[in-house]
Amino acid sequence: MKHKKGNLGETILAYFILIVLSFLCLFFFYILIVNATRSHADLQKGFSWLPGNYFLENLKSVANDGSFPMFRGILNSLIVSTCTAALCTYFSALTAYGLYAYQFKLKKVAFTFIMAILVMPTQVTAMGFLRLMTNIGLYDSLLPLILPSVASPAVFYFMYSYLESSLPLSLVEAARIDGSGEFMTFNRIVLPIMKPAVAVQAIFTFVGSWNNYFVPALIIQSKDKMTVPILIATLRGADYMNFDMGKIYMMIMVAIVPIIVVYLLLSKYIIAGITLGGVKE
Amino acid sequence: MKKKNNHLSYAKWGYLFILPFFAAFFIFSLIPLVDTVRYSFYEYYRSGIKEVGPTFVGLENYTALLQSDMIGYAGNTLILWLIGFVPQIVIALLLANWFTDIRIKIRGMQVFKIIIYLPNLIMASAFAMLFFALFSTNGPINSILLSMGMVSEPIDFMGTAFGTRSLIGLMNFLMWFGNTTIMLMAAIMSISPDIFEACELDGCGSVKRFFYITLPLIRPILAYTLITSIIGGLQMFDVPQILTNGQGNPNRTSMTLIMFLNSHLKSRNYGMAGALSVYLFIVSGVLCFFVYRMTNGKDKTGTARAAKKAKGGSKA
Repeated sequence: MKHKKGNLGETILAYFILIVLSFLCLFFFYILIVNATRSHADLQKGFSWLPGNYFLENLKSVANDGSFPMFRGILNSLIVSTCTAALCTYFSALTAYGLYAYQFKLKKVAFTFIMAILVMPTQVTAMGFLRLMTNIGLYDSLLPLILPSVASPAVFYFMYSYLESSLPLSLVEAARIDGSGEFMTFNRIVLPIMKPAVAVQAIFTFVGSWNNYFVPALIIQSKDKMTVPILIATLRGADYMNFDMGKIYMMIMVAIVPIIVVYLLLSKYIIAGITLGGVKE
Repeated sequence: MKKKNNHLSYAKWGYLFILPFFAAFFIFSLIPLVDTVRYSFYEYYRSGIKEVGPTFVGLENYTALLQSDMIGYAGNTLILWLIGFVPQIVIALLLANWFTDIRIKIRGMQVFKIIIYLPNLIMASAFAMLFFALFSTNGPINSILLSMGMVSEPIDFMGTAFGTRSLIGLMNFLMWFGNTTIMLMAAIMSISPDIFEACELDGCGSVKRFFYITLPLIRPILAYTLITSIIGGLQMFDVPQILTNGQGNPNRTSMTLIMFLNSHLKSRNYGMAGALSVYLFIVSGVLCFFVYRMTNGKDKTGTARAAKKAKGGSKA
């Protein structure tokens, strides 16, 4: 009896805290959406809980603003994030397969090395990176935001663990006996087996690249190459108080919403992916 | 184990397959690292359009940094990290415990999980810009507080060190507690149900069970979360940079180490930026070593595996 009572109290507390936290998580985005649908004059009058009908006008003024080319920024971000996700997952899978399926002298050294730099922050090499890119003429170009993702230790490690748990080497042997070349075996047999791992990492790499601000802000200079986070930063640095506030909220909204839509569509896989293959043996 | 005999002839494929990774690492990380370390010993900066240096000055940049505000910025970074991390780990432990407790059946758990993880995917810079707009003196938050009669005049949230730091802490908390909750949940679920059953039979309540069973058994993951979060905290940049427009206002109390590095890079002071990078490199090298030990340790409780995704934790 006593136990039941304790549980009830605890259950109520659990719901209470969960609801408060959910409120906190959604509240700010709710205000964002409401304010993005109201006109500047409306917003000056104070806050309202109900959305207005200025959504399209705000969207149009964001689209037509030449000094903050938001839609061009979204296109740039899409290009960078898609290429990054593709390169990063493909080469991480390839590296993981190379270290998993083959025996060679430097195998152990290579593996240990990657594990040692698993969580090394990219910021510590940012200065040399900036200089190098300037020297080889890649300053103010999108390539430096994409190419380095070929070497992603954390994604590699994820792929490697996945291979360990789901690729029997006998399958590779069988493919060899059937006359499949090594590269072909990877592309036609191993990669399809790794699809779930590739999908999860593609999503996370895409989001990470979409949100990345530090390196792009150092490399990109011209307006038509800016990605979304840099545009947001420029907006913050501009003489903000003279702006149409409805437009500002709409700009933040178009920066955030694509990811939210992707997330809501794929949330099942994303949530499962955070710990995928993880803890259960 | 793997058959050794006929693998020898395939060795070149192994090298070929890992070549792109190491080539990219060499070009985009190793060369920059060497360059960074090298120029940390030079006086090398730009003033106006004139370039000064590079002149070799030995350890001068390093000692100059120690006498500059760097220590203060390191303190700021630590404080900002703590304000976000402490509530994050407490709430995540509580939620993970409830989500996995079979005696408390939380309805709609999936929905809650989706909601609490949502802020993690939001662009940190846009989130900070949103907070800047919402919490400004004539923004919606003040307008709500005024209309509810909770304050008589608008609060200048970003005018005080306490307000700015709290806002940054709140954002970091919101962005990371969902992620940590899900990581810890997975860790708790990997504990054998037998142990919980035995504990139940012995008549221990949920508080005792939490402190004597759950907590000790998920310690490896907790340690892992802690270290990766410290590394993430060390890299803190987007949120304070955008919220304070790179100034670390008020009075540089929310200036973090990476913001300091960024300002040196923007002004093309390569010597100072290099020395600062080396300091950061040493600290993160030590932390990396701990992570390495954990991911390669003998414990098979899942610490190693969970490491995979936990890299996501490095942006906190």
